[in-house]
Formats: sequence, structure tokens, C-alpha cells
Amino acid sequence: MVQFNLPKNSRPTEGKTFKAEGATRVKRFRIYRWSPDDNQNPRIDTYEVDLDKCGPMVLDALIKIKNEVDQTLTFRRSCREGICGSCAMNIDGANTLACTKGIAEIKGDVAIYPLPHMPVVKDLVPDLTTFYAQHASIEPWLQTKTEEPKKEWLQTHEDREKLDGLYECILCACCSTSCPSYWWNGDRYLGPAALLQAYRWLADSRDQNTTERLDFLEDPFKLYRCHTIMNCAKTCPKGLNPAKAIAEIKQMMVERA
Amino acid sequence: MTASYSFNDHTFDVVVVGAGGAGLRATLGCVERGLKTANITKVFPTRSHTVAAQGGVAASLGNMGPDDWRWHMYDTVKGSDWLGDQDAIEYLCRHAPDAVYELEHFGVPFSRTEEGKIYQRPFGGMTTNFGEGIAQRTCAAADRTGHAMLHTLYGQSVRHKAEFFIEYFAIDLIMDGGKCVGVVALDMATGEIHRFRSSIVILATGGYGRAYFSATSAHTCTGDGNAMVLRAGLPLQDMEFVQFHPTGIYGSGCLITEGSRGEGGYLVNSEGERFMERYAPSAKDLASRDVVSRAMTIEIREGRGVGPHKDHIFLHLDHLDPKILAERLPGISESARIFAGVDVTKEPIPVLPTVHYNMGGIPTNYHGEVLTLTDGNPDTVVPGLMAIGEAACVSVHGANRLGSNSLIDLVVFGRAAGIRAAELLKDKAKPELPKGAGDEAIARLDHFRNAKGKTPTAELRLQMQRAMQEDVAVFRTGEVLEQGRKRIAEVFARRPEIRVSDRSMIWNSDLIETLEFDNLIVQAIATVEGAVGRQESRGAHAREDFPNRDDENWMKHTLCWVDTKTGKPSVDYRPVHTYTLSNDIEYIKPKARVY
Repeated sequence: MVQFNLPKNSRPTEGKTFKAEGATRVKRFRIYRWSPDDNQNPRIDTYEVDLDKCGPMVLDALIKIKNEVDQTLTFRRSCREGICGSCAMNIDGANTLACTKGIAEIKGDVAIYPLPHMPVVKDLVPDLTTFYAQHASIEPWLQTKTEEPKKEWLQTHEDREKLDGLYECILCACCSTSCPSYWWNGDRYLGPAALLQAYRWLADSRDQNTTERLDFLEDPFKLYRCHTIMNCAKTCPKGLNPAKAIAEIKQMMVERA
Repeated sequence: MTASYSFNDHTFDVVVVGAGGAGLRATLGCVERGLKTANITKVFPTRSHTVAAQGGVAASLGNMGPDDWRWHMYDTVKGSDWLGDQDAIEYLCRHAPDAVYELEHFGVPFSRTEEGKIYQRPFGGMTTNFGEGIAQRTCAAADRTGHAMLHTLYGQSVRHKAEFFIEYFAIDLIMDGGKCVGVVALDMATGEIHRFRSSIVILATGGYGRAYFSATSAHTCTGDGNAMVLRAGLPLQDMEFVQFHPTGIYGSGCLITEGSRGEGGYLVNSEGERFMERYAPSAKDLASRDVVSRAMTIEIREGRGVGPHKDHIFLHLDHLDPKILAERLPGISESARIFAGVDVTKEPIPVLPTVHYNMGGIPTNYHGEVLTLTDGNPDTVVPGLMAIGEAACVSVHGANRLGSNSLIDLVVFGRAAGIRAAELLKDKAKPELPKGAGDEAIARLDHFRNAKGKTPTAELRLQMQRAMQEDVAVFRTGEVLEQGRKRIAEVFARRPEIRVSDRSMIWNSDLIETLEFDNLIVQAIATVEGAVGRQESRGAHAREDFPNRDDENWMKHTLCWVDTKTGKPSVDYRPVHTYTLSNDIEYIKPKARVY
């Protein structure tokens, strides 16, 4: 049996522990730390948080730690209501948004890591450059050939409903970075997020470039590396189902063949 | 100057700072017109706070019944409590329908009517026939309109190959003899400093809701452009007008769209009474936001709040058809579940007026050009500098913005800025940078990066936020505002105590938060100063010691400069534009504002 290990310089070491003195209801947050500034291995720092003095969400705890305990802890955040997609990270073993993940949902210590399998910039901040480039590659805009109407393109109620479950994607990257196939072929497989968006435009009754869009996706890697593992649908913090969208694209490919 | 920093220099025709709805629309317009354009943004574009706008975008399409841009204009003027500039308001309302059709052509997934047209819902203060009936004017993509718009505008930017500098934090403008010639920014990922030389800088940096303790605004809403303008020695306008949204979720402050009341939701007090019927007999729950927020505050103050502490109000949606809720209000149904533990089909949502929007900002004309008052001319254009979106004060929202007028503001004036920039740049040579350009920005950065005081930034920020929350609230009095002024001055005075712990140049969010705090505190000063000065009640500025609107003395815009070294503000005024753009509509004369 082959055993895989992380390279020596990637193995996390045990870091510092920050105590919450005088607290009665303590939760321990074990957080991945890494900075490119020194040549140190990543480490896991432990922060005790007094739940009686903390908001209900994991993001509340992270902000409390940053404000009151350790100002060097680094993570992205913005809207704090699950719509901007900034604070995506791996919490308690699953990718999700720190702002909508309740601390009470987690048993025992709260383990927090950056989104898996992406280059780390610092602490919980991953480099999403490739992810964004893949999204851009599917040409995420309405493409039409006939002359634009003076007013709106008409779209029936039923046709508009076909976009539900697709357009709500917030590009948080939770799905793509949870996908083993994307981990393996992240450079060539577009991943669930980009493919969900690809289908969002294929499914739009107003869009007239279906053929071109399918041609672009007709590729052993871009589309067909989805093996219906379904981690994407399981992890999506917005309750979307990228795997289903990918299946729909495959269906369209079959139908046009 | 510290030797350890060096500049990466760039030259552009236009640099847009901010990639929300306004910034992206302006960037698009500039690129389309062949201008070499950079967009600098501190967050990835789709993370800008436009993404959180819910209810919709106002335009008199008339898809749900008769409508007219003149009616939209009347409502906006009345909503503004006559502090809006009517030339700019005419520009906004006239161009609104085309701007929405453009968004639809870009691909925004608007909800649809049975005929397949864009669905429009009722919103607060939006009426037909100059106040007679309720208009359905607010174009909606369920309750995720801002998200749908922002992602679509980002897609268009990708299509037009706009050049983005993502996760770059703009530090300061480069000014040369009263003219703007560029901007200095920090690349957060590498710590490198970039100096952008450009003929025009367009600030689209949004509002500064985070000056308050509880706001619907994102953590990143720190009004960085406003503060850059103050540091450039220019004034901000009407900063005392801070909008409290009636329905922030109690506790978390997350937004519940006004569209929920547009779809039939209503507010009740602890006696189960639909109290808005008393305050606004005609519009009821769809009165203007300032009116509803005041009514809620009075109900709570008089002991009719709900909950164990009687300190909030209930918003009922549970009488609505669950199918309608699922189709038109899915986003807030989710927010209510996550942040209030409420199933909206069964229970009311606990809500509270929450800081939401800044009517005030950088004074501009309707082309987006920044204005200042010099030598008695209140409309002096600052060459090379433009501002749009929530950062700007055009002023179309005056003393109170109507719901769904901000999204339309973004695209109409974002578009206008692109057009104007192209006109201005027809045959203009790039400005040369003055000697030492950007040195002050680096000095500021270096100062905070090495700040070795005893107080973490978060502590001062909290002190500021509490003072603003308590002393510059829905209702104001001279006495409480004076106290707020003192408290804010104390926070400002403590800036030398700041300690920044992270010394790294790579993604140093401790440093960024400190620069943001430094931006917020000067805007807090301008806000309190404007509020202390304005001895009347108008729109969102409700003075209990001066309960009436005073058109004779106060129909004017406040201009506030802040000496950012000493924290000392100074105030002057600009007249409101009491004329329209064309003869298609006459100036709408002030009258009592009743809903």
C-alpha cells in the first residue's frame, strides 16, 4: 500500500495556544496559520473563545479573535450575510462560509483551514486566480445574434424559472475546492463552479450562442472530468447543485451529437 | 522618505477606484469608448457591497401599469425632502428605463411578468400620478437584484477585457495644484506600492456604514474615497444624512428588503397593532424609509416594542402565500432563518432600524465631476476627479433616498461618468506627476505599518462606532450631538496610541483595517459636524429640538472640510439646484411631506 505524506515543509506543526481567562463557556478554535515571510512550516494555533461574549457564527469568532487576541490572524470577509462569498474556508472538515456557519453546529473543537488544494497566500487566504480565470473562460455574459429589442428581451415565466438554482452562485469556490477531480486536474478541468455558470448561460432562453458554448466545453478535461462525486452539491453554502448542472450540460452534448 | 518602498508606475487615461455597480458600469463605459482604463478594487468585483442589494432597481418601465419618469422624479424629490438637486434627479429618472433595458440586454436575470416582461414591485415612496396611487416601479430579480446586477456587470467587464487591479487598496489621490493626476495603491498580495498616473480618477468607493456599530453595510464599507477627498483638502457634502433602513434583523443587522413590505409584509408593535397606519395613513408600511424608521423608534420608545426587552418590532410575512415567498423573497427567507432562526411562513421577523446608506458624500454634478466651493462659486469643477455611486452626492437622494433608487443611481451615473470622461479626454495630454508624487501616501502607510502604540485599532474603531450609534441616531438633539462630537474628537485624539501588530507586507489586514479606521474617523467627524450645524429636521436628519423643516434657512447643502492632521472640521454651504434640466418638467416646489 502506497502511503502519501505532505512534503516536509508543508506539514503543520503545533502552534501557540491563547487562553480565554475567566470564561465559563469556552470553545477552542484550531486555526491554520502560514505566512510567506518566514521559512516556517504551517502551524495550528489554538484560540479559546468565550461563547458568552461572542456572536453565533464562526466569522463572529474569527473577528473576535482578530480584534481582541491576535491581530495578525488573516482571512477575507465582507458582507457577513452569505452573499459576497469572501469568507469561504474549510470549517470542521467541510468547505463553507464562515459567516453563515453557526458555531453551535460544530461538536468539539472548531478546526479551520483555508479552502483545500489552492495555493495559500497567507493563513486562511487562498489564491483564487485560476478559479477566476476558469469562470471568465466560459464567457459569463449574454450572447445574442439577432438585433436587440428596444425594450427588454421577452422571457416567459417558465423560461426564467430555469435559471433558478443557477444564477444565485456567489463564486465562493467552496464547490470547486471540495472536488477531488478538481484537486487532481484543477488546471484543465473547469470545476463545478465554472460549469454551473456555463450552464446558467446555456439555460438562458435569451442566449443564442448555445452551439459555440457547447463547442468550447466539448473537451475530455474541461467538462468530462466530473465523475459525479457530488461533493460540490453537498458543500454548497447556497444550497445549489452544480453536479446537476454539469449533468444537464452532458445531456445537451448527447442530444446534439 | 523611507527607502524601503519603491513605486510600480502605470499610466492610464482613466483609473476607476471601486468595482461595485457604479465602478463597473463606469469602467465598461470608458473601455467601450477606447479609453485606457484601470479598475482598482480592494475586493474581487463580485464581492463589492452592491451584491447585497435586494429589492430592486427603480425605473418607470410601466410594465405593471401606467408609469412616467416625471412621476418617478416627483417621488424622488419628495423623498429627498427637497434637498435633492432637481437637474440631477431629472437626469436620473429620464435615463432610468434605458439603463434597466441595458442591464437586461447585458443578461441580468430579472423576474418576469406573465407577458414575459421585467417584473416590477411596489416600493416605499414610489407613487403614480404625483402621489396619488401606489406605483409598481421597482424592477426585481427576486430579492437578489444587486447580486444579479453585479455579477452581470462583472461578466460584461470580462467581455470587454477591462484591466483590473484586484485586492489593491487605494491609499490616496495624487493632487497637483488643485487637480487630480492619479492615485497610489497597495497591492495587498505582495505589499508592492503602485502609482497610477491618469487624466481622470473616478471614485466609486461606496458608503461608510461601518462608522456605526450596527449597519447593514459590509465590513468593507469604509468610505475610503470620501476620506481620500478630505485628505486632498476637498469637502464632503450632506454627511449628516444617514439612512436607517427600517428592517435590519434584530441583533445581526442583516438586511431584510423593503420589497418584503412591497409584497405585502407589514410591521406590528407589541400590541399587535399595524402602527404605520397611524403615522402614514395613505402609504402605511410603504412610506419613505426615514418615516418608517422614526415611527418604529417612537413605538419602541413609548414601550410598545416587542421581545423580552421591548426593544424591537415584528415584520410579518407569514400571511403571504408560501409560493410567493419562495419565488419573490427567497433570499430574505434564508437570511431570516440563518440570522434570526425564523421560518417566515410561520413567524414574524424581529427587526430594528439599522444604518444602511449615506446620502452624503463627494459633491458632484450630474456628469459625475467633483465639485467644490471656491471664490464664491459653489459649482467649481475639480479637474481630473469624478465620483459616482454611494460615494458621490450628486445629489439625487437629498435628505433621504427612496428604496431602489440607489441601484439605478449606480448605473445611470456610472454610465454618465464614462460618457463625460470620453468627452473630457478628446484631446488631452496625460498630466505629469508632480515631484514627490505619492510620498505622502507612503508616509501614511509606513506610519501605520510601524505603529507601536498600546491600543489595537479595533478598540478605537469600537469606541467610534458606539459614539455614532448612540449620539448620531434616528432622532437627534443638539445636546446629544454635542456629546457625540466630543466623543468622536476623543477617538480622533487617540490615533497616536494605535498599535498595528502585523508587520508583514503580505496581505496585512491589520494594516488595511487601520487605514480603513483612519478613513472612517474623519467621515465620522464630518457627519457629526453637519448634524450639529443643521438646525432643522429634514429627511433622515430628525432634530427633536428643531422638529420642522426650515426651507428659508436650510434649503442648502452642507459642505464639510476636515483638517485630517488635526481633526478640525469647517463648514460652509452650497445652494440646492432649484431648476430642472429641460422644459419637460417644471421645478417641483417644496410642500409639506406627508405619506
